[in-house]
Amino acid sequence: MSAVTLDSAAAPPRRDPLRRLRRLGGSWLVNTCLVILAVFLVVALAAPWLAPQDPRFGALSETFADPGAAHWLGTDQGGHDTFSALIEGTRTSLFGPLAVVVFATVAGIAVGLFSAWRGGWVDAAIGRVLDILFAFPALLLAILAVALFGKGLTAPVLAMAVAYLPYTARLVRGLAAAEKSRPYIAAYRVQGHSPVFVSVRGLLPNITPTVLAQATVNFGYALLDLAALSFLGLGVQPPTPDWGSMINQGQSAVLQERPLSAIVPALAIVLVVVAFNVVGEHLADRVAGRDA
Amino acid sequence: MTTDVTPHDGTPLIEVSGLRKTYRTGTGEVVAVEDLSFSLPVGGALGLVGESGSGKTTTARMLLGLERPDAGRIMVRGTPLAETVRGRAARLARAKAVQMVFQDPYLSLDGRLSIGATLDGVLRLHGVRDPAARSARIGELLAQVGLGPREAATRPRGLSGGQRQRAAIARALAVEPALLVLDEAVSALDVSVQAQVLNLLADIRRDTGIGLIFVSHDLAVVRYLCDEALVLHRGRTVEHRPVGDLLTAPADPYTRLLLASIPRPGWDPEHIARQRRELPAPAAAGGVVPSE
Repeated sequence: MSAVTLDSAAAPPRRDPLRRLRRLGGSWLVNTCLVILAVFLVVALAAPWLAPQDPRFGALSETFADPGAAHWLGTDQGGHDTFSALIEGTRTSLFGPLAVVVFATVAGIAVGLFSAWRGGWVDAAIGRVLDILFAFPALLLAILAVALFGKGLTAPVLAMAVAYLPYTARLVRGLAAAEKSRPYIAAYRVQGHSPVFVSVRGLLPNITPTVLAQATVNFGYALLDLAALSFLGLGVQPPTPDWGSMINQGQSAVLQERPLSAIVPALAIVLVVVAFNVVGEHLADRVAGRDA
Repeated sequence: MTTDVTPHDGTPLIEVSGLRKTYRTGTGEVVAVEDLSFSLPVGGALGLVGESGSGKTTTARMLLGLERPDAGRIMVRGTPLAETVRGRAARLARAKAVQMVFQDPYLSLDGRLSIGATLDGVLRLHGVRDPAARSARIGELLAQVGLGPREAATRPRGLSGGQRQRAAIARALAVEPALLVLDEAVSALDVSVQAQVLNLLADIRRDTGIGLIFVSHDLAVVRYLCDEALVLHRGRTVEHRPVGDLLTAPADPYTRLLLASIPRPGWDPEHIARQRRELPAPAAAGGVVPSE
C-alpha cells in the first residue's frame, strides 16, 4: 500500500479558544449564573479601582448613614461605606474559597489517583484515613486551626482545604478505579508508557470534567463555611472587608432598623453560592450526558 | 514496516511453558490458566480458542504483562519476559516484544485524542524525535491499515467500528512489535467488516513477518488466519494442532463440541446443551495433546 501524505495528523487540530466557553453555556438560568460569576470575578480582580471609597476607614459622624449620593448603600455602625466594603470584600470572600478548592482539588486528585493506581492495601489504608477526615466537619477543623494558629484567613483556609480533600480524593479514586479497567488504559501500559504518564496524561484528562463539576459545587460550600467563620469573628478580621464579617458588623445595624449593611453581603453570598451550585450541577449533568 | 523479528535461526518467537494463573474470589480460588505451554515460530500464527471463561484472555494479558502469572515462563526470542518491568528501557523493550489489539474498538482508543495524535504519542515514546519523520510514519501506518489523513484528524467517536479497529492495529504496529496479540479483535464488528479486518491482518502478516496470536471463540476466523490452533477448556489445553487437522478431525470431545456449536441449517441447540452437560472435565479427558 502506498503511503499517504499527512500534514495535520500529528498535532491535534487547532481549536477556537472561545468554543469551549460557548459550549459551557446552557439554559438561560445557567447562562445568567455564568454572567453573575463573571461579574463577581471582574469585581474581585478590579476591586481597588472600582471601590469609590476606602472601606477600611469610617467616619463616626456618618454612622448608619442612609443610602445616597455619597454612600450608595449607606454606611455601617463604624461609618464605613457599605458599597465599597461589598466590592473590596469580594476579594477575600472569593479568593479564600478559591484557595480552599484549588488546594483540596489538586491534593485530592493526587491522593485519589495514587490510591486507585496502587490498589490493594495502599488503597485500603488511604480509604481509612479519608474516613477519619470525613468525621471532622470543615468548620470544626477550621475553628481548631484558628485556636492553634490564630485568627485570619490562612489557618482556616488550610484547615478547610484538608477537610475538603477527602471529597475530591474519594471521587477521583472511584472514577480512576473504574477508568483504570478500560482497555485504552491497558493500551497505554502495553505501549510502554510509565504509570505516572498513564495516570496523569491518559487517565486524569478523562475524569477531569467530573472533578471540575465537584470543585465548582465545593466552592459554594467553602464560601459559606469561610463566611460563617468570619461571621463568628474567627476568620478575616476588621477592618479588612469581608462579606461574613460585614454581616457580623451589621447585626447592630439590623437592631437600628438600617439592615442594608447586613442584607447586601448576605445577598451577595446567596447569589454566588446559588450561581456556583447551578453551574456545578449543569457541569455534572453535562458529564453524565456525555458518559451515558 | 521494519518489524524486529529474529532471523530464522530456530529460536521460537515466543515460548510459553507451565503458565498458571489463579484468582481468589469470595468463595475460594478459581484456576484461570493451568500448565499452559506452547511455542510459536517467527512469523507464525496461533489461534487460542475456547468459550468464555476458558482462560484465553487471561493468557493474552499475561503475554502482555498486564497480569502476572503465578507460575511458568514466557520467553520472547529466547529472552525471558520479565514479570515486572522497571525503568523506561525495560518498558519499551517489552512493548517492542509484544503488542495487543483489544476486543472493543470503542473503548480501546483514548476518546480525547485524534487518531493522528494517538499514533504521534506512540512514535514519540518510541524514540522518533523528528516531527516530520513522525508525520511521515503516521502516513505510512495509516496507509498500511487502509486509513487516510481524514481519519488521522478525527477522534475515535467520528469513526466506524471497523475504522477504529484499523486505527488500533496501526497503533500496535507503530511500536514495531515482534508479536501481535489480538484478543477477539473482530468479534465486535459486523461480518463484512470482520472480513476486511481479517484480510488486512493476513496482508500485514505476509508483508512484515510479524507473529500473531489470535484469541477467539470463532473457529472459522481462526482457520482463516492461523497455522495452528490451541483449544483451551477451563484453563487447560485440550488440543494443540495444525488448524486444518483440528477442524477436520478434532481429537478431543470439547473441540468437537465447539465445532458442533457453529450454527448451520438443522443445528440443534438442545443437543449441544446436552452434549455440554455430558462433557468430562479437561483433566479427566486426558489433558494436553501437544502438537509436536
